[in-house]
Amino acid sequence: MSANVAAHDDHHDHGPEKGIVRWIVTTNHKDIGTLYLAFALVMFFVGGTMALIIRSELFEPGMQFVDPQFFNSMTTMHALVMVFGAVMPAFVGLANWQIPMMIGAPDMALPRMNNMSFWMLVAGVLLLASTLFMEGGAPAGGWTLYPPLVLQTGDALPFAIFSVHLLGISSIMGAINVIATIFNMRAPGMTLMKMPLFVWTWLITAFLLIAIMPVFAGAVTMLLTDRFFDTSFFDAAGGGDPVLYQHIFWFFGHPEVYVMILPTFGVASTIIPVFARKPLFGYASMVYATAAIAFLSFIVWAHHMFTVGMPVAGELYFMYATMLIAVPTGVKIFNWTATMWKGAMTFETPMLFSIAFVVLFTMGGFTGLMMAVAPVDFQYHDTYFIVAHFHYTLVPASIFILMAAGYFWLPKWTGNMYNERIGKLHFWLSAISVNILFFPQHFLGLAGMPRRIPDYAVQFADWNMISSIGAFIYGFSQLLFVYIVIDTIRGGTGEKVTDEVWEDAKKHSLEWTLPSPPPYHSFTTPPEKIPTEHF
Amino acid sequence: MNEDLKQKNTRLIKKLMFVVLGMFGFGYALVPIYDVFCDITGLNGKTAEEAVQEGVYQVDVSRELTLEFVTSLNKKAPLKFSSEVKKMKLHPGKYYTVNFYAENLTDKKMLARAIPSVTPGLAAEFLKKTECFCFSEQEFKPLERKVMPVRFVIDPKIPERFKTVTLAYTFFDNTETSVKN
Ligand code: HEM
Ligand SMILES: [Cu+2]
Repeated sequence: MSANVAAHDDHHDHGPEKGIVRWIVTTNHKDIGTLYLAFALVMFFVGGTMALIIRSELFEPGMQFVDPQFFNSMTTMHALVMVFGAVMPAFVGLANWQIPMMIGAPDMALPRMNNMSFWMLVAGVLLLASTLFMEGGAPAGGWTLYPPLVLQTGDALPFAIFSVHLLGISSIMGAINVIATIFNMRAPGMTLMKMPLFVWTWLITAFLLIAIMPVFAGAVTMLLTDRFFDTSFFDAAGGGDPVLYQHIFWFFGHPEVYVMILPTFGVASTIIPVFARKPLFGYASMVYATAAIAFLSFIVWAHHMFTVGMPVAGELYFMYATMLIAVPTGVKIFNWTATMWKGAMTFETPMLFSIAFVVLFTMGGFTGLMMAVAPVDFQYHDTYFIVAHFHYTLVPASIFILMAAGYFWLPKWTGNMYNERIGKLHFWLSAISVNILFFPQHFLGLAGMPRRIPDYAVQFADWNMISSIGAFIYGFSQLLFVYIVIDTIRGGTGEKVTDEVWEDAKKHSLEWTLPSPPPYHSFTTPPEKIPTEHF
Repeated sequence: MNEDLKQKNTRLIKKLMFVVLGMFGFGYALVPIYDVFCDITGLNGKTAEEAVQEGVYQVDVSRELTLEFVTSLNKKAPLKFSSEVKKMKLHPGKYYTVNFYAENLTDKKMLARAIPSVTPGLAAEFLKKTECFCFSEQEFKPLERKVMPVRFVIDPKIPERFKTVTLAYTFFDNTETSVKN
């Protein structure tokens, strides 16, 4: 039986190529997953360095280290690198490693496209990084690339736009691959409603991606033609309207923030039940809540534009629609809490990061809800309050969960156990410093400090200093993670882990039925039994 | 990989590419949709781009509104631009003419375009202009100074809640990009 299935696989019967070539030409889902994850980790530090340049300049009022133009480039590039270079690729990396193993498939459905989308991502990010060295500097008008300001970018503008095109094509190819894998490669018996939530959330994210990346590509193409080919999409002199850009951008931009959070939800829903030793509470409602959030994310975009002068009817509509998102999000928070309720919990590093995620993400959700109230958003808009909001939804949420995923699956991927003591140290340093870093930004915002400024009034000095101290502790603690990853790959604690690594993990999802580390091609024979513990 | 799976994948990729192209088109479709939407709802404070016929209205002397004028220049366009008055009181239904002045500060020919905008946006449809320099591109000879009258009426149907309306013009120097060149 097993020989029979293996014979189908014309190119699947050999192991990896030798040496560096392996990593360039690979079409193996695990290799590509590793490439994505390693690339994302490097970009996390590149983006992090930019953040520390920002926080150094803001440590004290006055101009210390950089000139304002470069400061603005830093805020812009930090956001672009983190969003498109770190968080999104990291989740694609997880998808590559995990989806085939979780649905009982040998590999991704479109292995060659998989390789291409990775290298296109690298090209896109390198192109973006190259703008730092161009005449006139890197883009400095904010990651949202609003005209007319962004049209004043120097030589870098067309390169930044082409880089967005490349990143977009790469994401779209990745998304198509995920959809094809999930639709066509599931093991017999793995019905949609038996898929682990990580697979579900990625399926929905992939649909979001193919719906929004083309719109963003279109918007930046309009910027390009406005600048070089005399069109006037956003130029009032020619009958265009800069506010139109904001509508198109946020039609992409709001779902984009959910691209970064839905897979986060998926990983949290995978980890929490294992360490609570209970099935996930409300599996079906989790699936429906994810779908509801994805749908709603398309109809709330103008909550980013409350201050552009929309009429009251528009403000009201976008205000209520935005508040509606809190309902399915609340369902999820409730379900995670209920999963832990009366569970036999243990607190290994992945679980610690996941619990911190539930608590701190909820805070980010609450500030979101505050800003959803149109009249008060006039005060919060473009201040540090919103900076605090989205960093709470991204750092102690998406980034924490990515770290949790690393600790959770590294033993599976490498066959070695990581050092739990250093893991816990990493967690506590991160969890404390992230709050020192971002909590004071709420106060700064409420007191009126604008975002994206290199200098500020002296009354903001104290909280900025505290925030910067938190930033440095947080940034340097992440080096512990790098150490742990390298250490684990090279043998870790020396303890060989079992197939299921975590107690009873087999009951939750298929990857734990494979050996640790898993074979180069995951399920060459479809699994016999589908775990149904999560119902 | 077996043939059946390959076919299924190809079919799925085709469908998904269709979605991708469709959404790329949708992004562009948002441009006209936006204009039509704003036109119908009058949300963005754009006034009519052509002169309206001079209709006859019942003058409503019982109501008085304030109309304010704002004149500004885009990207330091080399012009001097002002209006005869900064604000005025007026009655709905009655016709008024206000002069605007613009002076070319360069010793070259200039083509410039003024873009109007009304705040609050929903009041725009009630401000009817029968004559305005904003309907077409203006040509300035070197150092020329122009007097440009705007003739308008406020439709008496304007809802009670509008007490102050602002009409703003921004002049754009189009000499480089104008099709007339
Ligand atoms: C309960 C859910 C949420 C609500 C009600 C909400 C609401 C809002 C609102 C109203 C704004 C605009 C504020 C302004 O510009 O004045 C905003 C900004 C933002 N939100 Fe959220 N949000 C929620 C969840 C999230 C999540 C999950 C993420 C990302 C993972 C996120 C990321 C962002 C980002 C990046 C911005 C700022 C964009 C920018 O201007 O650069 N939000 N949010
Ligand atoms: Cu949003």
